[in-house]
Amino acid sequence: MNIFIVWKRLLLACLVTTGLMISPAYADNFTKEDVDGWYQEYLSVVDKGRVAFTDASLGTNGVVCAQCHPNGANTHPETYPKFQKQLGSVVQMWEMVNWCIRNPLEGVDLSPTDPRMTAILSYIAHERRGVKMEPGKH
Amino acid sequence: MTTRRNFIKNSGLLLAGSVLPVSLIELSFAKTSDNFTFAYISDSHIQQIKGNKFVRNWDRGLIRAVAETNMMDPKPDFVMYGGDIAQLGKKAELDHGLEILSGLRVPETHYVMGEHDYYLDLGEYWESQLGPQYYSFDHKGVHFVVLNSILVDEGWTNKWASGEERMGVMAGLDDPRGSPFMVGEKQRKWLADDLEKVNKDTPLVVFSHSPLQKLFKNWNFWTEDAEQVQAILKPFKTVSVMYGHVHQIQYNQIDNISFNSVMATAWPWPYPKTYVQAPNMMPKLTVDMNRADPFFERDATGWQMIDVNSGRLSVDFFLPENEKRRVAFNAAKGHPEDVVYATNTTAAQKHY
Repeated sequence: MNIFIVWKRLLLACLVTTGLMISPAYADNFTKEDVDGWYQEYLSVVDKGRVAFTDASLGTNGVVCAQCHPNGANTHPETYPKFQKQLGSVVQMWEMVNWCIRNPLEGVDLSPTDPRMTAILSYIAHERRGVKMEPGKH
Repeated sequence: MTTRRNFIKNSGLLLAGSVLPVSLIELSFAKTSDNFTFAYISDSHIQQIKGNKFVRNWDRGLIRAVAETNMMDPKPDFVMYGGDIAQLGKKAELDHGLEILSGLRVPETHYVMGEHDYYLDLGEYWESQLGPQYYSFDHKGVHFVVLNSILVDEGWTNKWASGEERMGVMAGLDDPRGSPFMVGEKQRKWLADDLEKVNKDTPLVVFSHSPLQKLFKNWNFWTEDAEQVQAILKPFKTVSVMYGHVHQIQYNQIDNISFNSVMATAWPWPYPKTYVQAPNMMPKLTVDMNRADPFFERDATGWQMIDVNSGRLSVDFFLPENEKRRVAFNAAKGHPEDVVYATNTTAAQKHY
């Protein structure tokens, strides 16, 4: 028992009390409308991913992702992280997306937190939904 | 048979500075007097960036196919070009593609219309350079027919604001705004008339861009009136259909008709089973092609030499940095077969 643990307990008590005072609902309580709304948010990002997949401005030579990957096929998102031969190490999928942007598209890397990267990864995952996870599989 | 020494000499002349695996030109064929060979190059998708700039990778595929076709031994009697010279049907793309193809040292080249050549101006410029969109010819006792199988109904063809818009939509393989390909009534009538005059024992080889069979509708690995076309071919004893469009190795047998696809020189396409949200009807017979090194630049692209033996086709696939593959008609089994890979599937064929 030390002073740190005492402080943590006090803090927890404060948070609970304040929460009860503001609203009877807990933070993790949500409704079907919330869930539907969040899924719609996700689908709107998937749609943006489809737009990015056919967007020549990701590269410099007019080549687009969908040219080689119709419906995002043969991208196998369920296998990441995995060893990627082109990059010589175990990578996450965004690193391979950037490899494609650099090489066939002759473009410049996107930041992993770029909303377009999130959209691309969302579209790829969505087109592969239902397939079981197989990280590391080649 | 080309010796290593000859190869080095020839390659020095033809391809100064480039490195080709010697195995690619070590060919041996049964040379009986009935046999002949032709080469098949397809789907180059020459893509203009701007002005004199074209996508380098697609250029390289076609340049290499032309160089290796010139080194084939025995020399092919002719070259078949399987469609999609261009990516967006532009004159500049067709011209640039034909300029590269002008390097072929083969007596004749025949062309099939692809949707990427067609939907900008409905094949007008292509036709002005290469002649009719469908035709037939005879060679050493075989009747060859070329069809334009990438037509769609008139309502779809005419509903767009511009040729560019129409071409842009059709250029997207998975674009849901596209439309299923077909040969169409007019051409089916022409085909029936053309074949009327041909003895039914004559070996028949039909070239189309799309498969004259229904495999996967989402990506137009599909011809809407395939059954009707197959019915016209039915009276013939020996029929082979060769098609491009699919950018992968496929083969099949439907009744009397053997089907063989050819590779693209530009880029490979995934097999339909890798898109799990839609059903496919891919032939059970096909053993997948190798994807050993996804995006090694020539990965899963290729060109092929076809040996016409007693009117049946043996297709030799030239696959850079991969084992050569041979899909030959097996008379005993009555269908095309890849003897090597039928019993020996490699890790690289499992598509991961």
